[in-house]
Amino acid sequence: MTIPHYVQGAWFVGALLFIFGLKGMSSPASARKGIIIAGYGMLVAIAATFLIPGLQNLGLMALALAIGGSAAWISGQKVKMTDMPQMVAIYNGMGGGAAAAIAAIEFAKGDTHSLATTVLAVIGALIGAISFTGSCVAWAKLQGVLKKAHRLPAQNAVNVVLALIAIGLGGAMVFMAPAQPELVLAFFAVSLVLGIIVTLPIGGADMPVVISLFNAFTGLAVGFEGYVLGNPSLIIAGIVVGAAGTLLTQLMAKAMNRPISNILFTPMVASGPGEAIKGSMKELSALDAAAMMRYASKVIIVPGYGMAVAHAQHKVWEMTSILEEAGVEVKFAIHPVAGRMPGHMNVLLAEAGVPYDKIFDLEEINGEFGQADVALIIGANDVVNPSARTDKTSPIYGMPILDADKAQNVIVIKRGKGTGYSGVENALFYTDNCRMLYGDAQPMAGEIIQHLKTMG
Amino acid sequence: MDGLLALYIFMLAAFTGYEIIAKVPVILHTPLMSGSNFIHGVVVVGAMLMLGTADTPVQQAIGFFAVALGAANAAGGYVVTERMLAMFKKKEG
Repeated sequence: MTIPHYVQGAWFVGALLFIFGLKGMSSPASARKGIIIAGYGMLVAIAATFLIPGLQNLGLMALALAIGGSAAWISGQKVKMTDMPQMVAIYNGMGGGAAAAIAAIEFAKGDTHSLATTVLAVIGALIGAISFTGSCVAWAKLQGVLKKAHRLPAQNAVNVVLALIAIGLGGAMVFMAPAQPELVLAFFAVSLVLGIIVTLPIGGADMPVVISLFNAFTGLAVGFEGYVLGNPSLIIAGIVVGAAGTLLTQLMAKAMNRPISNILFTPMVASGPGEAIKGSMKELSALDAAAMMRYASKVIIVPGYGMAVAHAQHKVWEMTSILEEAGVEVKFAIHPVAGRMPGHMNVLLAEAGVPYDKIFDLEEINGEFGQADVALIIGANDVVNPSARTDKTSPIYGMPILDADKAQNVIVIKRGKGTGYSGVENALFYTDNCRMLYGDAQPMAGEIIQHLKTMG
Repeated sequence: MDGLLALYIFMLAAFTGYEIIAKVPVILHTPLMSGSNFIHGVVVVGAMLMLGTADTPVQQAIGFFAVALGAANAAGGYVVTERMLAMFKKKEG
């Protein structure tokens, strides 16, 4: 099949628009324009493909586009912002599945001629298939369909053996090309199972890293299949995303203080209780909390995923607005791993109406806690635990944290006395300047608002 | 395609991806991830090429599956990214 120049040209324009779109997405002011530009790139690339002379099954093609496109379009319109991570995971998995399916047809046709094409087709198929089933498992977990982490006995050994079998079958396909259908089938079956087995034992809080990793996987798979098809726009889009996703995965893993291999292969366990903590937790009332913030000059709010689970972000923003009207300076401090995917908390706050120039990253805000009168912590725990700085025996030692303990006063809204995700006691809660406000974040924020209103 | 030429494309594309993301503020990481997720949805073009040249029922079935998945990747990725980015705004006035 020869591709006419006008189609090649349109694909080139598509790739160009993707790059410009991604570039636009790198700043909040131009981000929306960026995705729209990239959207046009996609339309151009798809429309041009229909113009290739001699293409068969056009009816089937249009039907598949309509079914897949409209199903995803509608579900994407409906999904709640808290459920965004699993939605991104499932769309990503579908891309990986498509890349693997492309490779499957190539093998069925026996079209892979050179050694390089066969090797890349096999690698693309392997990581595409892993990304497909792995993302489906990630979706099921975050959606609550799969309730808990399943760990096989000797999980790591099973992972390694399955991976070796998949690589072995892939290698056989390279050397025996064109491969027997049975061999191809076995290869895909093992690759798909591998994606499931690797993802099953990973806990919900590690999912941001996993989703990001699978995103990079799909990108690479698309890029490799692009080479097999001789289509540069697939190569460019796939590899750009693969590189970007790899970087994003590294940033996330670093923020969680765990190497990627650690997340994939070992469960998070409280390796030790850490040093014993002296002192006791001290309670305060919603009225006291309201008064403390009302007469402060600077308040920094640290929201965690607990706030989003309690759907408290709208109330928190209402409270912020009242404080600001009373002349209090309020800022939001976001830890890089707050939420269930990188930057998820920013999206949840944006949905509640918080302007992005009030939201600050860890590096930007940490120096400011010293000047803050109040640090208000809502549904966050490990990310403000000062043991990460001081206690070498603590499992979270070395993790970058928000220095909330350096504020004059710390108020913690928390449902109970339990520990955070890591299972580690939080030394912050026992310090002299820290007060606990026990209850669900949403009604608590509501109470504080009531008291603030009476203070005028 | 010429293998060496493809290698150059791989290298430049990887560099471009790395450079674009390296400067992005944390606030945009989620939309960016779903935005890049959308961009690899271009796999749908590859899937269309395969379905368009499929000649057995099995190939047609896999091709149909591939196009539907690729289309879902592209459409879903676009919608959620656009929705998220539409919410980011500066303080009014």
